[in-house]
Amino acid sequence: MTELRGLYTLWFREVKRYLRDRTRVISSFVQPILWLVIFGAGFGMHFAIPGVNYQQYLFPGIIGQTLLFTSMFMGISVIWDREFGFMKEILVAPISRFSLFLGKMFGDSTDALIQGLIVFALGAVLGISIDPIAFLASIPIMLLITFGLVSIGLIIASFMGSLESFGAIQTFINLPLFFLSGALFPINGPLAQGVPGWMQAASTFNPLTYGVDALRSVLLGGSYVGLQPLWVNIAVICGFDVVMIAVGTWAFSRMK
Amino acid sequence: MTNIIETNQLTRRFNGLTAVDKLDITVESGEIFGLLGPNGAGKTTTISMLCTILKPTGGSAKVNGFDIVKQAMQVRKSIGIVFQDPSIDDRLTGRENLYMHANLYGVPSSEQKERIDRVLKLVELDDRADDLMRTYSGGMRRRLELGRGLIHYPKVLFLDEPTVGLDPQTRDHIWKYIRELKEAHDITVVLTTHYMDEADRLSDRIGIMDHGKIIALDTPSKLKETLEGDVITIKANKIDEFTALLAEKLGLTQSVIVDGGLEITVHGGKSVMPRIMEVAAANKFFIESILLREPNLEDVFLHYTGRNIRSDNTRELHGFSAIQRRKIR
Repeated sequence: MTELRGLYTLWFREVKRYLRDRTRVISSFVQPILWLVIFGAGFGMHFAIPGVNYQQYLFPGIIGQTLLFTSMFMGISVIWDREFGFMKEILVAPISRFSLFLGKMFGDSTDALIQGLIVFALGAVLGISIDPIAFLASIPIMLLITFGLVSIGLIIASFMGSLESFGAIQTFINLPLFFLSGALFPINGPLAQGVPGWMQAASTFNPLTYGVDALRSVLLGGSYVGLQPLWVNIAVICGFDVVMIAVGTWAFSRMK
Repeated sequence: MTNIIETNQLTRRFNGLTAVDKLDITVESGEIFGLLGPNGAGKTTTISMLCTILKPTGGSAKVNGFDIVKQAMQVRKSIGIVFQDPSIDDRLTGRENLYMHANLYGVPSSEQKERIDRVLKLVELDDRADDLMRTYSGGMRRRLELGRGLIHYPKVLFLDEPTVGLDPQTRDHIWKYIRELKEAHDITVVLTTHYMDEADRLSDRIGIMDHGKIIALDTPSKLKETLEGDVITIKANKIDEFTALLAEKLGLTQSVIVDGGLEITVHGGKSVMPRIMEVAAANKFFIESILLREPNLEDVFLHYTGRNIRSDNTRELHGFSAIQRRKIR
């Protein structure tokens, strides 16, 4: 019971801090619009996915990208907390490191999910057709994706001493994960003719590949043939989440 | 009286450096226990071990009857801590910080509101409770941290340098709160400080710590009594010769030279002073200044270590950087 209450309060804190930070919420509008409008229009002129409008195809990818970037960025809260001393208050509390990690992770995932929902709203405004049922179905998938990604961010941050090094590592990890996830163009599957073999292999080991594929299956419906059946995608994501949570708990338990 | 804290040969080494060296102390239930010493004496390391943040490399300790290594969770539930550096979330309001703490320490939801209101009143922050803490002054943050440490009704409250970087009035205020909190909640307080006046005015008993060891432990008044009398400080020319002369003619052997001045500990300083002047005059020594005062803890520290606690420069730097840290935020 104590553990649950502690977990809840850590979750609540992350969400509250996020919602209070207007600049963070508002700045999250910019990137997805640029990708969808500029990149979508430009790339769409030279690139065709059979049966689907390119922007429509790109949209789940941009959702995935938003989840990736915001989730990974959330790790910064660990560094802030350490910098400003609040981490000590949490670390000496009579609560297990597992609950501590979960509380922070759930909180940051909720924040990342809100960012994802904002992109949905932007998509609707920009004329992407979104089926309400598909929208609802994609929410749990988005959450599952953020769990593992937020965990990566928290784990990295727990090892990093400074904001600068965290930022440097971020770019190093974010962009490859993004480009090799199939968010922008097919890397695996029948549409991916001529993609180098190493890229296809790398993409197979990229957790975001499965997230983007799952979102596409749900949002594009019958017109899209997924790389994997939906349940396989979800199973892979869940497996990834479990491993990351275990590593995260370990990383937090060695934190002083 | 029962002992709420007992350490047994408690030791902590960091790569060859022994920060805390076979410490044996007992803290009685209900007292204010002060750990006094210069920076680097091992005070914070000691507290960190007692708070289960740091594992000892040797020996053991019990807090509220629980072993600090094997029963860390129970120890954590028994204690409240106010760290040397700020540890609040300044993006939350004062009240939110307190709620968060209450939840982390498993305070039943039905009691949270009442406890928090009471603590806010106690540290006189009830009118600012719903402002973001980034708008608080350094002293207000400190007060909130003090109050926060009490929300879960700890048995022991640890205060690590509670007034570093605060202005004199605020320090006075904080001392008042600490005493009130102790009375109102019937708890034991362990505080570390390098301020002599703080240790003297607050503590029931003081352990003087240096190089990881307790070198003296008693009530402030008893510690001062061990000095057996008053302190006479003399500035004169040829101070070494003069010191030898005073020892020879007047039997004043309890003397140390600090910062070029001679400090002599004597009984009945008032009657000794004129004799010193006579010796100086008769032997053509020139006395620049002479000062008589009752002994304070500073002298006690000097007596036991042969060093002046204030000659430690890092301390001032630390106080200054602590102020800066608070201002930046």
